[in-house]
Amino acid sequence: MILVLILYLLLAFALFLIPKKVSKYTPVFIALVQLLVFGLFLSFLPDIQNGKTISSLVEWMPRLGLNLEFTLDGLSMVSVLLITFIGFLVFIYANTYMSSYQGTTRFYFYLLLFSASMLGLVLSSNFIQMFIFWELTSILSFLLISFFNENEQARKAAFQSLFVTGLGGLCLLVAIILIGSIVGSYSLTDWIDKAELIKNDGKYLPILLLVLAGVFTKSAQFPFHFWLLGAMQAPTPVSAYLHSATMVKAGIFLLARLYPILGGTQEWINIITPVGAITMLIGAYLAITQIDIKQIFAYTTISALGILVVLFGISTELSIKAAFVFLFVHAFYKASLFMLAGYFVKLTGSRIINSYGGILRKNLLGLIIVAVALLSMAGIPPMFGFIGKELIYEAKFEAPWLSSLLLILGILTNVLMVAVSLLVLFKLYLGEAKFDLGVATKKYKLLLVSPGILAVLSLGLGLFPDTLSGIIEPALSYIYSGEAVIKLKLWHGFNTILLLSALTMLLGIFLFALTYKNKRLIKGWQRMNVRLFSINFNRSFSKGLSSFIKISAKNTHFIQHGYIRYYLTTIIVFSSLLLLFQLYITRGWEINTNFSLQPYYISGVVCIITFSSLISVFSKDGLFTITAMAVTGYGISLIYLYYSAVDLAITQIIVETLMVVMFVLVLRKLPRFIVVSSRATKIRDGIIALTFGLIMAMLALKALNVDIHPSIADFLVENSYTKAHGKNVVNVILVDFRALDTLGEVTVLVIAALGVFTLLNVKKVRK
Amino acid sequence: MNSVILQIASKYLRILFLMFAIIALLRGHNQPGGGFIGGLLAALYIVFNTLAFTSKQIKDRLKVSPEAYMGVGLLCVLLSFLPSVLSGAPLMQGVWVSYSISDFEVIKLGTPLLFDLGVFIAVMGVTLMFLFTLSTHK
Repeated sequence: MILVLILYLLLAFALFLIPKKVSKYTPVFIALVQLLVFGLFLSFLPDIQNGKTISSLVEWMPRLGLNLEFTLDGLSMVSVLLITFIGFLVFIYANTYMSSYQGTTRFYFYLLLFSASMLGLVLSSNFIQMFIFWELTSILSFLLISFFNENEQARKAAFQSLFVTGLGGLCLLVAIILIGSIVGSYSLTDWIDKAELIKNDGKYLPILLLVLAGVFTKSAQFPFHFWLLGAMQAPTPVSAYLHSATMVKAGIFLLARLYPILGGTQEWINIITPVGAITMLIGAYLAITQIDIKQIFAYTTISALGILVVLFGISTELSIKAAFVFLFVHAFYKASLFMLAGYFVKLTGSRIINSYGGILRKNLLGLIIVAVALLSMAGIPPMFGFIGKELIYEAKFEAPWLSSLLLILGILTNVLMVAVSLLVLFKLYLGEAKFDLGVATKKYKLLLVSPGILAVLSLGLGLFPDTLSGIIEPALSYIYSGEAVIKLKLWHGFNTILLLSALTMLLGIFLFALTYKNKRLIKGWQRMNVRLFSINFNRSFSKGLSSFIKISAKNTHFIQHGYIRYYLTTIIVFSSLLLLFQLYITRGWEINTNFSLQPYYISGVVCIITFSSLISVFSKDGLFTITAMAVTGYGISLIYLYYSAVDLAITQIIVETLMVVMFVLVLRKLPRFIVVSSRATKIRDGIIALTFGLIMAMLALKALNVDIHPSIADFLVENSYTKAHGKNVVNVILVDFRALDTLGEVTVLVIAALGVFTLLNVKKVRK
Repeated sequence: MNSVILQIASKYLRILFLMFAIIALLRGHNQPGGGFIGGLLAALYIVFNTLAFTSKQIKDRLKVSPEAYMGVGLLCVLLSFLPSVLSGAPLMQGVWVSYSISDFEVIKLGTPLLFDLGVFIAVMGVTLMFLFTLSTHK
């Protein structure tokens, strides 16, 4: 599994090396790779069906629980097959669709990386690792939405999606860490083993809420659904792949993944179900008045995601089963519909559905494909969508909580879906043809390949649905950890559910008849919706964002004012306070007062140091100050030398010499010594400086008094020669015992040098 | 400054300075010295040169830029961690090789020397960077 991911990664980077001449065929090649991977994973299916899981583990930091862990089980199997298969179709589709655009290599690069991170996400069985892939999909979604980066709308939408999903991602990370702290590991198997522990923990509710924040933002649940609408700015293959079939399903996948760990509790049911129900209804309701074809499909996608969330919320075996079936149903028809939408946009150059009149009059193949996909969305037999819808009704019918309400909402949603499907279908077929599409139809014929394959699947699986049971059964047994047997049938016999389906269809057709061609009704309805949903999520989001930026700008200006003297003052005052506090809490004010007399020449040196530092403070001439400071430094190095710290003394002397040169260089640039600060400031600064100096002196005296046992010095002296082969302990500490510190110091020096370089050169540019 | 005496002196002092710096580096493990001091000494020689000539002349004469010194220095430091990792020991543990030249004298070479060499080069680069930016800045 790791090898597959590495293959994707290498392939993605290799895309840039492909010469222009053959780059025409790269998408087809990638599509074939995807198909190959699909086949590879499919070959594991018998094993998975026998209840095995295939896992691989690469230890990285086992002590922190950070390992590369991949597991192929029933659940990830379902997702992997969907990702690779739809990926295969999308790349074939993109080959034709993207051919007229610039920068396609970049596009395929992103798209391939997305495939890889999506695979990584579903295969991960270490949650930290899964989170990384989760965020990667968000970032790649951002890059893909903003692919047409000269378009401001696209850039804005991309940022919005990144912010919304990123926010959810952060919540998810907190949840993962919380669970990790309860379980003591980030591994999936450990989490499942200790599911009861997590469910009974006091932090269960916050964990659940945080996880759901991640799920709901990723899967565009109300009220976070708006980013998905903006995401329609992306090229159509992206909409088909990321924003209908795979990435937005990542939230659903996570719900399934965490179901054995967090799922099935009262809180789970009570929070997830209503949110999903609201989303599915609002999505379907708002879809009907849209005129932009991609927006219509975006809203129905939101609705479908809502349905999936509801099904996971209901938490019965039947509902989960329905969810998995619907996952396939939706992936097949919605990817197909998005690809078809792209096809129409290519044909007419417009996204407004009202201008598509009669587009399919002379295009029988296109008509059949569109009809199959739309009828599957409407849930009309014998399409696969019908089976999905039947199962959903059944699941809601038997839901333990609020079943009648859920059923009514579900029927309403589906009525709306039927009406939307019929509206789109008839608008495409009827109406007067406004374009002469002969040439364009021929040119974009290949765009119908992928939707065609999906249509065949939608129809074929509708007629022979049981072929899919083998794939869904293992996924279900992951969730209910036991044998799961599924029989999918088209014909369920006469029962309440069938009756409800018939009712749905009738109502849907009625609604369609009411709205079709009745432009005034639609307009009025639109206006009503605008009033009814007066909160424009999109706009309030950007407003909130801009005020947030303003606040942080103010904040930054307050803290980062740009006056180095106040920075220094702040740093010194605060470190003095902290040091004082620390001095106090370690054994009160007791300091070492055990002074002894030192030889007269040392006293002499000390006198010189004191005198020269006083001169450096009070002198009015720059050069004089520098010289006095140098004298102080040299004096200190003499003291070092006397107390046999030779290395220190040498270093001090050289540094002092260099400092003088540097200071002189700086001094040349400065104006002549002028009085900048007032008397009061000088006194204030003097007090601060003196206090700090006093505290440092106290610290030194205290250090003599506080014996930290056992002292590390003895260890260093003992082992310096025996273990590190060096007689100079100072140097051995620097290059061996504490090499990491030295590495840090050298790096800091380098950064400081680069900082000086840039600072001084920036000024040059400004002038 | 344009002092002929300093200019001539710098020519002869070069070998002295650099030898001094390198000796400080090599003896560092057993006696006072080391990469930091060595690097500073080497830089000091260049500082001395800038006093004799103009810093632009020096900069032109120096074939390697200070940035490159800093980079190479850090690289040396990082490379010195490689042997310990490759031999499976914990990162940054010193790895030593010893040659006996005579019965009494043994030369021991270890990764800490490479580490120290890295520090030497990096410190020299940093000092030169400071020097050149400050002295050429208008």
